Amino acid sequence: MDQQMKPFHHALSIRREVCTGCSRCIRVCPTEALRVKDGKATLHPEWCIDCGECFNVCPVRAIVVEDDDIAQIFSYKHRILLVPSIFFAQFEEKLTLDAIKGILYDMGFTELCTVEQGADLLVDEINHYIEDFEDEKPVISSYCPAVVRLIQVRFPSFSHRIMRLIPPLEITAQYYRNEYQKNGVPLDEVGIFYVTPCAAKIAAIKAPVGGYTSPINGVINMSELYNKVFLAYKQKGTSEHEHCTLTHSSLSSIGIRWSTTGGEAVNIRGRALAIDSMPNVIDFLERLENEEIKGVDFLELRACDMSCCGGILVQDNRFLIRERIEKSAEELPLKHMLDQEFKNVCSGHIPMDPVEPRAMIKYHSDLTIALQRMEESRRLRLMLPGIDCGACGAPSCEALADDIVCDRATPDHCVILHAHRAGSEMLEKIWGKKHFNKE
Amino acid sequence: MDLSFNIQGGDFTSAGTASSQVRRTLKELGVDASVIKRVVVALYEAEVNIVAHACHGTITAQINPERVFLQLVDEGPGIPDIEKAMTPGFSTASQEVREMGFGAGMGLPNICRNADVFNIHSVPGKGTTVEITIQIK
Repeated sequence: MDQQMKPFHHALSIRREVCTGCSRCIRVCPTEALRVKDGKATLHPEWCIDCGECFNVCPVRAIVVEDDDIAQIFSYKHRILLVPSIFFAQFEEKLTLDAIKGILYDMGFTELCTVEQGADLLVDEINHYIEDFEDEKPVISSYCPAVVRLIQVRFPSFSHRIMRLIPPLEITAQYYRNEYQKNGVPLDEVGIFYVTPCAAKIAAIKAPVGGYTSPINGVINMSELYNKVFLAYKQKGTSEHEHCTLTHSSLSSIGIRWSTTGGEAVNIRGRALAIDSMPNVIDFLERLENEEIKGVDFLELRACDMSCCGGILVQDNRFLIRERIEKSAEELPLKHMLDQEFKNVCSGHIPMDPVEPRAMIKYHSDLTIALQRMEESRRLRLMLPGIDCGACGAPSCEALADDIVCDRATPDHCVILHAHRAGSEMLEKIWGKKHFNKE
Repeated sequence: MDLSFNIQGGDFTSAGTASSQVRRTLKELGVDASVIKRVVVALYEAEVNIVAHACHGTITAQINPERVFLQLVDEGPGIPDIEKAMTPGFSTASQEVREMGFGAGMGLPNICRNADVFNIHSVPGKGTTVEITIQIK
């Protein structure tokens, strides 16, 4: 319960001085957490799930990702960068893996490790978890933090189905911290940094679910790092750095595919589905709630279209990235070089506590009041024009009606209704009489 | 809060609309998930019965702070022997339909199991009325 009371940590924020109040973001938010007020988009912090749909549509870049400054890596003697394979796949083939690594070492990192090394040992763990799961299936993957938050907020009754196993990123982070500790390095000299393709992963590292504390010290924005690497390449060409440690970047074909759609589901022994992009995920979860879907053992759900290839901080086209990953995967072995070591070190540290539900209270926590408000809201919907123009600052007429009954707005917010009452004939010419006379 | 729906026999594309709408409404009201689940299972089953067997029907759902009351009235063939129809495993479905995974004879027993109060009246050749009450508190 304690955890439930803590406010969500958000990695997305709105720069009020830049926001033009254009209202594009309010329409794409899957939890309707945004409104335009005083000419600026404002966020309902309890409803935001950091999915980044708003970031994608903002035409003036008023929505920003709150990452960590890359300069902070120098507060540590050992500077480890956990790099997702997506990062390398953003670059065209002429910029080789070794060249990219060289440039990253030039920037001051002392060790580069691929994130998906932690995926391989999850294969057996997930399969056992599903077999032993006593509650109603499907088990839902804990991989995508935006989906985890979506479920907490919009599908709270499925929270207990989120598998209680930490994602590969955290397994890899634990492994490398443990390696340094084992070699007698004081932990305050070890800085572990992660290059993130999205905002949700930042939020998940800073405020993890399942009673877990992440060993990751800082999160670096993938888009910024991409620019830095590309600039260095353009200005100086490839680096002279030759001390690439191959074992730490060795990956299996299972691992490299993990962050792409189907990369997880394909390893499941039972019936598993892979679903990507927010509208598809929501639609499927609603069908599951309707009891329409039976006999599925596992759901791999990803908030972004094409999973992490389509992350909001990923450069280049997501289909091209997927293609490059597929190509690399074909040349990789089934097991990576550190496979056994990962099993030895990390196997005991994978379970986490259940994910707490954080249901959004739409009307009121008292059912009698909630019913009154809902009935009032439905009456209001009949009065409102139903064209979802967004001029009131809410994403839809339904959302405005709910805002009115919860005292967050007044019927005067509807400018269409205003104009119609003031006698505008044009409105009926465009929209017809029945938009204004539904009762 | 009252909701009502018209159901057309044979329209499997729309089957589940009523239970989906009722589920959404209860969820927005913050009703306990275990209660919602029972309502959805019972209503979906009864809704599909109308689509599969009747010509058409109406569903009304009344929600108040204490309970959800569902009434399903259809015009259809009716059920000649209700007691038999309520027996788990009894089914009028053909062998073919059963082989497809339908008609296991669990429809009515399943509705009954999820309801706090369950009433069924049927006139053969005219139609069937099903009433389901599920307590919220």
